Amino acid sequence: MSNPFQTKQGWNQRKERLSFWSLRICTYIIIAAAIFIFSNIFMKGVPTFFKAEAPYINTEFFTESPQILSVWEDQDGQEYSMTKKNYEQWIVAHPEKEIIGLKNLTASGGGILGPLAGTFLLVVICMIIALFIGVSASIYLSEYCGKGKIMSMIRLSILNLAGVPSIVFALFGLGVFCWLAPVITDVPKDNAAFVCGWLWTDSYLSFQGWGTSLLAGSCTLAIMVLPVIITACEESLRAVPKGFREASYALGATQWQTIRKSVLPFAIPGVLTASVLGITRVAGETAPIMLTATMSEKSTLPWEQVEGPWSFLTQSVQALPFHIYTLAKFPDSEHVKPMQYGSIAAFLILVMGFALLSMMLRNRLRNKLKW
Amino acid sequence: MNSKLIQLEDLGFSYDLGKTETIKGVTLDIPANQVTAFIGPSGCGKSTLLRCLNRMNDLIDTAKITRGTIKILGQDIHASDVDSIELRKHVGMVFQKYNPFPKSIYDNVAYGLRIQGEKNKSTLDEAVERSLRGSALWDEVKDRLKTSALGLSGGQQQRLCIARTIAVQPKVILMDEPCSALDPIATAKVEELITELRKEYTIVIVTHSMQQASRISDRTAFFYLGEVVEYNTTETIFQNPSQQQTEDYISGRFG
Ligand SMILES: Nc1ncnc2c1ncn2[C@@H]1O[C@H](COP(=O)(O)OP(=O)(O)OP(=O)(O)O)[C@@H](O)[C@H]1O
Ligand SMILES: [Mg+2]
Repeated sequence: MSNPFQTKQGWNQRKERLSFWSLRICTYIIIAAAIFIFSNIFMKGVPTFFKAEAPYINTEFFTESPQILSVWEDQDGQEYSMTKKNYEQWIVAHPEKEIIGLKNLTASGGGILGPLAGTFLLVVICMIIALFIGVSASIYLSEYCGKGKIMSMIRLSILNLAGVPSIVFALFGLGVFCWLAPVITDVPKDNAAFVCGWLWTDSYLSFQGWGTSLLAGSCTLAIMVLPVIITACEESLRAVPKGFREASYALGATQWQTIRKSVLPFAIPGVLTASVLGITRVAGETAPIMLTATMSEKSTLPWEQVEGPWSFLTQSVQALPFHIYTLAKFPDSEHVKPMQYGSIAAFLILVMGFALLSMMLRNRLRNKLKW
Repeated sequence: MNSKLIQLEDLGFSYDLGKTETIKGVTLDIPANQVTAFIGPSGCGKSTLLRCLNRMNDLIDTAKITRGTIKILGQDIHASDVDSIELRKHVGMVFQKYNPFPKSIYDNVAYGLRIQGEKNKSTLDEAVERSLRGSALWDEVKDRLKTSALGLSGGQQQRLCIARTIAVQPKVILMDEPCSALDPIATAKVEELITELRKEYTIVIVTHSMQQASRISDRTAFFYLGEVVEYNTTETIFQNPSQQQTEDYISGRFG
């Protein structure tokens, strides 16, 4: 009795196996790339967070801002590397030593508190602005306005905006927020584009821009992520079952009541997913903030020496991506490596932390609002 | 006037701005405190007509009343000074697929009152209890009012939707195949409830089940292709229909 289901060796079998393996290999290539990037960065970067003696954690790395690193040798060939400040004290304390081959390396000493705080603030303010505008716009787009020609043009332009290179957003931000945005001030600058009186007060409304500032950077980033957020929000609003809307209307709710009570709450998990996408995108952007918000060196932290919220928002900040960019200019210097890898590892952890946070929030909400 | 709570006169309705009519000149008088059933083959416009009665079709951009009038309590509901929001507070609706909000049982029932601005806790408590008792659900859920409505069984969820509707004390309750997603036992409970509700409310129900129509309704309208073929007391429709089409449909020889 022959087996009617016997495996046949033939082309189909071989093709089957070939496609299976090529698909599998392609997947493994991605995994390999991811493993390489993460393990390389974490293995070289994480040691910077710790040190050999108690308290084992390199507190300096997290509590100081980047400083100039001085590197030199003395006459006995002993190598030294310390921040410039410490170096200046050191020569006073050791007048007998001879300094050979002194090098000053920008931003390679100290820690990363300044850029860390700067990036954190940029991302948080950006997301507040982007979520507010994005959610409002997507509610309008998906709930209030119809399907006309103008609407599809608006949609198309939003989609196109998503494809604009970030340097273009950077220039836009520089032009609009840094140079042109309005401020209320008693003494308008000479180079303001336009100045007029402000209501009934003695102040002026001056279109002189916010300068290189936290606010300008956040706004630029916000505009950059808006398309992502609007598109994703619209989708999650659409995904709310029609039955909720109908039930709400049938109970005599107005459109706004319906949106606020029976649509928005159930769209929030989707909105949060969108903001994860947004956060991971903005946190890593370098070009926009380089032109609109950051300085590579700054001696004060964002919360030091500020008078009031406005001066807080219009100060320039340091930011991790830009800090990393500055460091990347010293290839293969043994003295810079800990800072380079440490910063990158901290940066990755920060971004993943943001994403994880919104993901946890989303899952919690989703469990509460499942339907 | 009470005998004609809802009056439709030569009503025409279109989903595409008048190009084709889905409802073609329907004239009907629906009496108060009775159950009126709409029956007819699929696609004949029963749901459409039902949704005209609380102006749910307003939500569709291209929907349009092409002719005729709908009067509820003697008032033309398309008059310029009629707010569809106010209308819907008086004409509630229960849907085919039970659709409680993913909120607590309490919040579901209180929804209608809350959007009307009712904040007083004891008023809400009272209304919730009254509505849940009214929909024969109170004993089953009184110990878990704060738990999610989605934890209830299908039949309970549909009765919760009815409770939600009667919480705002409408005059009319429109029901679009309220039992089609329920098993026979849950269906029997909802039917019992409908019979009970008739004392206080005017009910218009769409159903595909002939038995259901004959069990619970006082009057029945048979629709075909957007028109009323026959409208009479349920007894007459089922025992002595005047139109051949009606007889064919209810005896199952048709559509
Ligand atoms: N939102 C809509 N837009 C356009 N046409 C619609 C819409 N809803 C229903 N129709 C059409 O109107 C006609 C009547 O539909 P309706 O839902 O009122 O039928 P029905 O009698 O309730 O049928 P069923 O018993 O299957 O529920 C159908 O031909 C349907 O295709
Ligand atoms: Mg229907």
